[in-house]
Amino acid sequence: MTTASTTHHAPGSPDRALRDALSTRPRPPRTSALSASLTFARRALLKIKHVPEQLADAIMIPILFTVMFTYLFGGAMAGSTREYLQFLLPGTMVFAVLLITVYAGVNLKTDITSGVIDRFRSMPIWRPALIVGGLISDAARNLLAAGLVVALGLAMGFRPDGGVIGVLLAIALVLAFAFGLSWVWASLGLVLRTPSAISAVSFLVQFPLTFASNVFVDPQTMPGWLRTFVEVNPVSLLVDAVRGLMHGTAQAGQIGGVLIASGLLVAVFGPLTMHLYRTRT
Amino acid sequence: MSGDLSTPTDGVRTEPAIEATGLVKAFRTARAVDGVDLVVPTGGVFGFLGPNGAGKTTTIRVLATLLQPDGGTARVFGHDVVREADRVRERISLTGQFASIDEELTGSENLMILARLLGLGRTQAGARADELLDGFGLTEAGGRTVKTYSGGMRRRLDIAASIIVTPDLLFLDEPTTGLDPRSRNQVWDIVRALTDEGTTVLLTTQYLDEADQLADRLAVIDHGRIIAEGTPAQLKASVGAGTVQVRVFDPAHRPEAERLLTDVLGTTVQTGPDDDALSARVDGPGRASLALAGLARAGIDVTTFALGQPSLDEVFLALTGQPAQAGTDAHQEQAP
Ligand SMILES: Nc1ncnc2c1ncn2[C@@H]1O[C@H](COP(=O)(O)OP(=O)(O)O)[C@@H](O)[C@H]1O
Ligand SMILES: [Mg+2]
Repeated sequence: MTTASTTHHAPGSPDRALRDALSTRPRPPRTSALSASLTFARRALLKIKHVPEQLADAIMIPILFTVMFTYLFGGAMAGSTREYLQFLLPGTMVFAVLLITVYAGVNLKTDITSGVIDRFRSMPIWRPALIVGGLISDAARNLLAAGLVVALGLAMGFRPDGGVIGVLLAIALVLAFAFGLSWVWASLGLVLRTPSAISAVSFLVQFPLTFASNVFVDPQTMPGWLRTFVEVNPVSLLVDAVRGLMHGTAQAGQIGGVLIASGLLVAVFGPLTMHLYRTRT
Repeated sequence: MSGDLSTPTDGVRTEPAIEATGLVKAFRTARAVDGVDLVVPTGGVFGFLGPNGAGKTTTIRVLATLLQPDGGTARVFGHDVVREADRVRERISLTGQFASIDEELTGSENLMILARLLGLGRTQAGARADELLDGFGLTEAGGRTVKTYSGGMRRRLDIAASIIVTPDLLFLDEPTTGLDPRSRNQVWDIVRALTDEGTTVLLTTQYLDEADQLADRLAVIDHGRIIAEGTPAQLKASVGAGTVQVRVFDPAHRPEAERLLTDVLGTTVQTGPDDDALSARVDGPGRASLALAGLARAGIDVTTFALGQPSLDEVFLALTGQPAQAGTDAHQEQAP
């Protein structure tokens, strides 16, 4: 065995650059969980850089819905579009961000069905880093969508009483809830067969939840049975808290409720996702 | 015939690179790996040879900690692949059968991301990526997305990605399937250079000539079981036959030579495509010398009398009762 490796050695001078590239070097110390997660986030952002179409939803949904709903319903529902915008905008922001959280599942599914996952899984790195890194880059996407809604709203005449701080806190709260919700799509991504199946399920769940909420209409105008549903709908609770922050009327209970809901989503779907990731891939 | 060719004991080296005992992996439809016993010594290339569907990839995936075995145990450098998976991952690298790199990223970005994941600093990672691209002839392609790469470039990048940090054991799953001959030779050179640096390579292949070219030792797998193991020479010898190739000086003497060889060798004699050529299987050199003496006594002049070892194709036929499925010309078929 000692001489065996050179038995078939090709005659002629070996390629110098190849030899240099192959020469043995010491193994660096293992990366931390944080550093591995950040590297995966960077990988996801690089993919967006090369395929910017991935951002189409994150750009189109905020623009389309903010503009469309304001001018479509504004006159009928509040008398003037400007007045309606004050009510609508926090809701559109929630609506736009929640819709694109589905990317957490879609991108994870795409990754685990591609060959590259085998390489990651055979490397000595913190297992959940791929998923956590994905969620970090999703946060950037969500921030883009939220920022677009606010910027567009301000241009159209949105004047939040909560000021800059109120708006920033509102965005932070939406991102926190989106983070919790992302774990739901991540676990679905590990159960369903195709990325488009995840989009379909997400749409079927989110569409009724966002429309049967207080995003577009004040529940006071709804029939009693519907109002009951709308008032316990978590989307409504989130919209209430976001409206409160933007207009400076938020109550601690509202914000606490949203944070608890986000925490619960992470507590349930985080471990579930990790369990599925370990057993299903 | 399977158990006869044991690994020669080597007193100096303590632990083998791979030691698998009774390894089983069953899928719903098939027992893909059905009791594999395997010892891969440290150093050199170990060839893992078998037709499509034999269980090569599944075995590798278990050894590389990607799949949990349903039975048996496997150790890599003494570490159990299930209980000490992370220890194993620190010693191995995997180049899977299908490219495991990000298509949407550039070659350089792929290498840098992986280098960062392996613990290299930002500048070190960039330098290592450049060095690898250079060594693998990909410097110019380094800034392009992998989508635009040819099959051979992709393969080279895939292997480069596996050796960012030199692994002690590298799994190469059918590294040349679908490559043109030039790319295949490049991959072979890389494999040889790697083993010179001390990396043990476990290489699967459907191609007998590839195993013959690269491997120091071989295991032949079929239907999830190891059916033979040893050096290429041992495997050939184990089939117990070689071929004698004869060319007669005067083609008119060929029928007489054919009769004589049939008598002496006791087997059927094939007449070659050229009108002076004959060939026949022989059991050993003894009979072949008798045949040569017989020809001389009969006054038949020969221009060629050669005793060849059996090809691995013949080995495979003898072991499985079936010809190896993929002909060497299948190298040209491009994988998707
Ligand atoms: N994920 C899987 N699910 C079900 N069957 C599989 C799976 N992977 C492989 N097999 C089956 O296991 C057998 C061995 O496959 P594989 O290990 O890929 O063979 P090879 O790499 O030698 O071509 C085949 O019959 C194949 O169809
Ligand atoms: Mg295979």
